[in-house]
Amino acid sequence: MSGFATGSGRALQGRGGSPGFRFTLYALVAVAIMVLDQRFDWLERAHSAMQAATYPVQVAVSSPVAGWRWVQKSFANRDSLEGENQRLRTRLRDLELRSMRYDALARENAALIGLRNSLPPVAERWLPADIVNIQLDSLRQRVLLDRGSVNGVTPGQAVLDDGGVVGQTIHVGPWSAEVILITDPEHALPVQIERTGLRTIAVGAGDATSLALPYLPANADIRVGDVLVTSGLGGVFPAGYPVARIAEVHKDAVQPLAHVRAAPFAHLDTDTEVMLIWFRHDSPAAPLKERHGELLTGDRHIQPLPVPVKPAQKQTQAPPAAAKPSVAASKRAATPKPKQAARSHT
Amino acid sequence: MSASSPRIAMLKTVVGALILTLLPLPSWLEIIRPGFLALTVLYWSIAAPRAGGIALGFFCGLLLDAFEGPVLGEHALALALLAYLGVREHQRIRSKPIFQQSLIVFAALAVYEFVLFAIDGWTGHALTTPLRWLPTATGALIWPAAAAVLARSYRAST
Repeated sequence: MSGFATGSGRALQGRGGSPGFRFTLYALVAVAIMVLDQRFDWLERAHSAMQAATYPVQVAVSSPVAGWRWVQKSFANRDSLEGENQRLRTRLRDLELRSMRYDALARENAALIGLRNSLPPVAERWLPADIVNIQLDSLRQRVLLDRGSVNGVTPGQAVLDDGGVVGQTIHVGPWSAEVILITDPEHALPVQIERTGLRTIAVGAGDATSLALPYLPANADIRVGDVLVTSGLGGVFPAGYPVARIAEVHKDAVQPLAHVRAAPFAHLDTDTEVMLIWFRHDSPAAPLKERHGELLTGDRHIQPLPVPVKPAQKQTQAPPAAAKPSVAASKRAATPKPKQAARSHT
Repeated sequence: MSASSPRIAMLKTVVGALILTLLPLPSWLEIIRPGFLALTVLYWSIAAPRAGGIALGFFCGLLLDAFEGPVLGEHALALALLAYLGVREHQRIRSKPIFQQSLIVFAALAVYEFVLFAIDGWTGHALTTPLRWLPTATGALIWPAAAAVLARSYRAST
């Protein structure tokens, strides 16, 4: 062991001292870095700079795969191109029809809730981004995009594809952004079951094809085939974007919670291109931004309203009827005074 | 043995290990992909404890932190520990036959993975799937091959 303690002239990398001493030194530095990175935002810039520095390496490493894909694409034969063209054309027509219907519905909706002008779409700007084909962490579901802060990307931004919600950005470098997919075990997405409006949270299950809904009670109204949409809570995604379809519901009479799995609409394992979305913050469907328990958006003109006083009725039986309308009404229906029951009902 | 030549070989193997770590693979291979950088650091701390040592582990860990992991410094600590174990026991490990070396490597990689696991948990990024321990086993399994490749680059440099 004494061989390591040579105080040779090379000052490079702290040579000198026993291995134990040097390890302690490095361990302290590592712990200090971790605490700084975890507790404070000071290292966010360092993180961003490191991401910028590593981006060329990542592109270089993934380039053979990207190159192969490019070769495949350039030599794609006429048939497959025609097929794709046909498919896209059909899809376009389908989407046009649907958007026509949507426009009509939006107008109808606007008229219904009495807005002067019809609602602007909630998405304001969008940016296509390529997924740099690289594995950032085998068990966590993360991908790298080729757009960064020079393109205006910010952390916590929604990422969608043509199927539905993909994920959100977490670390943003100058030219690249790391996206945490909705299937990452650390990602939780507030969702709503479209059929019933039931709100819950979809948590990633760690593989690209399933989401878990761990917080549904065993008696929740949920079926295979139900569609999950974003609920607009959580501050990243606006309400109503499609997320997943329920694939498996397992209710055990002994367990208090149902075991539910859902298959995401987004093609998380095959996507090569996704969309980064900026939302219009004044749209009613925009995600609510929350900071320290207080919503940043809000309308101060909305104030408590006086409860409208019911026009006084001649009969004095009105108050109990108002307190328990259904029970009282059904009881009274059984009594031989139907006229009175009908009046107190109004 | 000159002091600077194994450093160049070291740098080359570290770059190679990093490329192997980042190379996109099908997902089933992804899960069993061994920690190439950990194996490289362990090899160099055993074969040339004076040239690289704990500093090599620390800086390789920082490099890995730049690419993955929830918090900076996580891999730096774990790899520095791995290098420390290698440097401390290098004479004992070197004299063992290759099969026993694999067992020791298995234990060392388990310690390494446990440190990562603990830090993941403390920082609130817990990843509890048992799949995360698979690379420990595959790392120990490919240790004979990895050591042979690394030994060739070492011998070529001296």
